[in-house]
Amino acid sequence: MLQHYGPQLINLLASLMLLLAFAMLAQRRIMSLINLFAAQGFTLFLSTALVAWLTDQSHLYGSALLTLVLKVIALPWILHRLIRRLNVKWDVETLINIPSTMLIGIVLVILAFNLALPIALLAGTLTKGTLGIALACVLLSFLMMITRSKAVPQVIGFLSMENGLFFAATAAAYGMPMVIEFGIALDVLVGMVILGIFFFRIRERFDSLDTRHLEKLKEH
Amino acid sequence: MPLEMLLLLASPLAGGLVLALTGHWRWAAEANAAFSALTFAAAVALVTRVVAEGPFEALQRQFFVDPLNVFLVALTAFVGMTTALFSRPYMRVERQHGRVSDGGMRLYHSMYQLFTFTMLLVLTTNNLGIMWVAMEAATLTTVLLVALYRSHASLEAAWKYFILCGVGIAQALLGTILVYFAAEKILGAGPDALLWTQLDTVKGQLDPAVLSIAFVFLLVGYGTKVGLVPLHNWLPDAHAEGPTPVSAVLSGLLLNVALYALIRFKVITDGALERPFASNLMMGFGLLSVAVAALFLSRQRDIKRMFAYSSVEHMGLITFAFGLGGPVASFAGLLHMTMHSLTKSAIFFAVGHATQKAGTQIMAEIRGLIRLSPTIGWGLTLGTVAILGLPPFGVFASEFLILTQAIARAPWAAPILLVSLGISFAAILGKVQPMVFGEPQLSLLSKSRLPYRPALLPVFAHLLLVLMFGLYMPPYLANWYRQAALLIG
Repeated sequence: MLQHYGPQLINLLASLMLLLAFAMLAQRRIMSLINLFAAQGFTLFLSTALVAWLTDQSHLYGSALLTLVLKVIALPWILHRLIRRLNVKWDVETLINIPSTMLIGIVLVILAFNLALPIALLAGTLTKGTLGIALACVLLSFLMMITRSKAVPQVIGFLSMENGLFFAATAAAYGMPMVIEFGIALDVLVGMVILGIFFFRIRERFDSLDTRHLEKLKEH
Repeated sequence: MPLEMLLLLASPLAGGLVLALTGHWRWAAEANAAFSALTFAAAVALVTRVVAEGPFEALQRQFFVDPLNVFLVALTAFVGMTTALFSRPYMRVERQHGRVSDGGMRLYHSMYQLFTFTMLLVLTTNNLGIMWVAMEAATLTTVLLVALYRSHASLEAAWKYFILCGVGIAQALLGTILVYFAAEKILGAGPDALLWTQLDTVKGQLDPAVLSIAFVFLLVGYGTKVGLVPLHNWLPDAHAEGPTPVSAVLSGLLLNVALYALIRFKVITDGALERPFASNLMMGFGLLSVAVAALFLSRQRDIKRMFAYSSVEHMGLITFAFGLGGPVASFAGLLHMTMHSLTKSAIFFAVGHATQKAGTQIMAEIRGLIRLSPTIGWGLTLGTVAILGLPPFGVFASEFLILTQAIARAPWAAPILLVSLGISFAAILGKVQPMVFGEPQLSLLSKSRLPYRPALLPVFAHLLLVLMFGLYMPPYLANWYRQAALLIG
């Protein structure tokens, strides 16, 4: 039964990923943004686990587990703690207003599908249809990083880009070798810890986490 | 795994862990230098082994050494050692001036070793995925070093460095995923599909369309770390605001290592496409970097920023040379890589002491170094003369080779290169000359000496090596470079 609906389910989860990427782009509240990020991680976990089950790629279970631990539990937890410790509950400020951001986002999705087309044609995987969505997620997170002015949303954009990349790896080649996925996960985790330290330093210096304070170094 | 190789990687890793706990002790700087010296000894032993036995793979092919990477390993370990020697008095002065806390010293020493470790891992790993992981780790270890002073500007520089290189390296991951996607069709799924030696043997069968898209992402990704225009924005800030030893290793080593990663992918991509797609892209980006950096050079006011732009220029020149390809241009590129990292780190050593002495990094306020301290003044002068490509220094030899190759094989590019080199020559010389020979401010003359004797041995050791390369290149070294150049194609 599930075998039969499997590919469609994967497509459904992929569209959910894209939807969540857009939701993150439109989200104004920082707490909800973190929850959306966790939800995206959970969708990624579900789809990776499903692909693992459908294709008997046992190493993908490991990858799925890694996603669950890191992206659904650890990182959102760290982010929530950070927000509480920093005691900032501000809303997300955008540099471009949200409707225009969404429009740019749609253009990016079209671009991503075009870029993915020649690669997807070569792919023999069950998931090749979702490659376009994976690239779109990457580009949308990129857009989010560019259009946010506060440090935490920029970082969530960065982490969500990593989600998109993992999704792309699953879509194109049933994931990267396990050693490398572990390495990437370790880098992300260490990076997050360093960023945590960094947030405190930025705030101690500027009393705010607005990266617009960080625009003094320019060419004269 | 051969013992030398194990020691090469274990020494900085152990150093990083030990110094994380003891990095603020009185002898920490000596320990830091000792770990770096041990790493260098291991690198020398590794070189001897490769010279005697030829290239080899280790640990089930996960690591490999050939003339190309062993040369960079030796260079990285050497500059790592001399920079550790330089940072011994430099960081003590900073500590005394109260710019760094005890925790800061611990962080500095530990991260310095771990940074060396990640670079050596990038160089020796055979697995392109691990290469990416180590490259990202190299960014992470240096982010906090750039922000060490916790000043407004250094926090900003570190943030920019983190975000730009983070985004860049994410593009490189996408590129690596695409390469894996192309490779697993031929080599089968699993970690072996990302082994460079494996890919190199089957590169003709890899899908050209996928590889060309992958290389664009890789160029953007690793190119950000090389500091290629227009992805170079983080570089001047990170160089200017971090502690000077960090500027020296960023400029002298990290940029090289990132370029090394790019070269490895270039070999595979050009092999798969059977036309010089990757090479042409590298030539274009290289040329753009040389031209844009030359224009920005004359507008700089901060001395470390100016030399950071000079690094952008030289990395552009090297990228151009590798893009041009062929035995002579690749040879010249490798030689210039060596000369640039030796000269630029020597300059940063001299600049570091000069700014400590003058108490500022603004060039207009530094005057008459030659009277404040003749050795620092001469160090900076000779370093500048060397980096500008004047004979008899080695930079002249490599730049001359690159230019003659450009004139012979890409005549359209030669005028751009010549004009840019001319502009940067005038800009740098015009700014360094008054700093060294100008009239010093009286207040500076009466200032007491630095509390610790500056380490100028590394400056002159580097410059002497550069001079040697310019006057006489030992045949075995030339042979070694020739072999490495053949690997690049």
